[in-house]
Amino acid sequence: MKQIAVISGKGGTGKTSLAASLAALARGRAVIADCDVDAPDLHLILRPVIKEKREFLGIKMAVIDPSKCTLCGSCEEHCRFGAISDHAVNPLLCEGCGVCKLVCTAKAVGMVDRLSGYAYISQTRFGPMAHVDLFPGEEASGKLVAMIREMARETAASENLELVLIDGSPGIGCPVIASLTGVDLALVVTEPTISGVRDLERVLGVTEHFQIKTAVCINKYDLNPDVSSRIEDICRENSIEVAGKLPFDQTVVEAMVLGEPVVQLGGPAAEGIKELWRALETYL
Amino acid sequence: MIISIASGKGGTGKTLVATSLAASLDMVQLVDCDVEEPNAYLFFPDRELIDVAKCSVPVPEVDESRCTKCGACSDFCSHHALAVLPGQVLIFPELCHGCGGCALACPEKAISEGSRPVGEIFRARSGKTEIIWGELRLGEARTTPLIRAVKGMAKGELTIVDCPPGTSCSMVEAVSGSDFCLLVTEPTPFGLYDLDIALKVLEKMKIPRGVLVNKSGIGDKKVYQYLENKGIPLLMEIPMSRRVAELYSRGTIFVQEMPEWKDRFRGLLKNIKELAS
Repeated sequence: MKQIAVISGKGGTGKTSLAASLAALARGRAVIADCDVDAPDLHLILRPVIKEKREFLGIKMAVIDPSKCTLCGSCEEHCRFGAISDHAVNPLLCEGCGVCKLVCTAKAVGMVDRLSGYAYISQTRFGPMAHVDLFPGEEASGKLVAMIREMARETAASENLELVLIDGSPGIGCPVIASLTGVDLALVVTEPTISGVRDLERVLGVTEHFQIKTAVCINKYDLNPDVSSRIEDICRENSIEVAGKLPFDQTVVEAMVLGEPVVQLGGPAAEGIKELWRALETYL
Repeated sequence: MIISIASGKGGTGKTLVATSLAASLDMVQLVDCDVEEPNAYLFFPDRELIDVAKCSVPVPEVDESRCTKCGACSDFCSHHALAVLPGQVLIFPELCHGCGGCALACPEKAISEGSRPVGEIFRARSGKTEIIWGELRLGEARTTPLIRAVKGMAKGELTIVDCPPGTSCSMVEAVSGSDFCLLVTEPTPFGLYDLDIALKVLEKMKIPRGVLVNKSGIGDKKVYQYLENKGIPLLMEIPMSRRVAELYSRGTIFVQEMPEWKDRFRGLLKNIKELAS
């Protein structure tokens, strides 16, 4: 079984649109995992039918029992996350460490499990899909990404599928690192803007740090050909293959509105994606 | 006053809006809390660096001569950042959230706190704009301590905070404490889906909010129906334009080349101030 993660550094470069098309091209061979857990959009194109639902218990949360609380303020003083004020816990800021419970002499603080969302195994017209519904503002921890990836791998093993295709999140932090661990290939989608270049350099630093084989796809490469050739230079200097160059194509947004992968509609971007897919197949 | 610019979906134009707003106003502080991929400073090529500060987080250090290997620290640590073996205590710094609980839990007072760098905070000036940004160390997973430290530098009369994409801990940390949050979206199904989640987060946080639709003209009209149904103010639209996109790609703030937009951004600030009060 091989695993490919589509990531980007900069947001909005086209990860999800590309992942949806790759899912269509890999039809019947791949399990798709939406690991962009706090802005999951792949389901809008793949329209999964849920087969199995699991609870996601995130980090624990402190709860103060007002009937036992003596208003001493020790918990607030010791909380380093600013999560306690007026003798109550702000669930959005609580990191579940338990220091408040440790320092409470009145035993008024308890640590409780919290249901942070649901994880699903679903069926789509292109194959099985693992995805989540994380409640707004919950911690998008590596723990949840790891859970989704584990569900995807289980499904791939039980259905004898050769590929897990991961749609990652933007950035370089916790969910991205969790999406990258142990993958066979990171496909970085970038765009020819100065932000795209800077973010690409940083994300390549991360894949190098974790020693992950990496390929790059330049989306909308014709928007600024000068910057695109700079990106190609950077890739050459780092011995990274530019596996795809996709032209700006309005069909991409049209396809999104129709809820279809762009390769189903055709056009210049679709042709570019098919070529990219052929390049990716040589890795597999 | 602190105005945060957030989005849910990435690439909708947060940095475009934050830099344009800053460039249209006098004497503002622009604070880039997207510490994973900070970009706002790139749009001020004439910036002069004022200073660079290291950002560190606390990590436990064990005095092996006092440690009795009782395991109280590892029993306490909910992030599994310590493991007590018969002969030694192993520390996994990247898992540590720096809560300080292990030191409190240790009956022998064998644990003290050292520090570990997680990134850097830069401060620069361009004309009347002060730009502050954080840069997360490559390979570092936790963003919130650095975001908190970067935000702690906000001291101006008017601070614009450029937030990371998403709707979870990084975004929550970046927008917390704002007087107003402007959500930037695009009129597409992805834009709308993530906008809805972001609005739910702000509702939980009780932060006043409004929406800016960028790249208007592409996609569909559903975001407008959505905003109308929910009674959420639509504060500005920036039409999809090849010119704006090209200026952005080169690192030029488009209002510098299209100055008629500066008035519109000043009007935006006026509307935000009314909604925030």
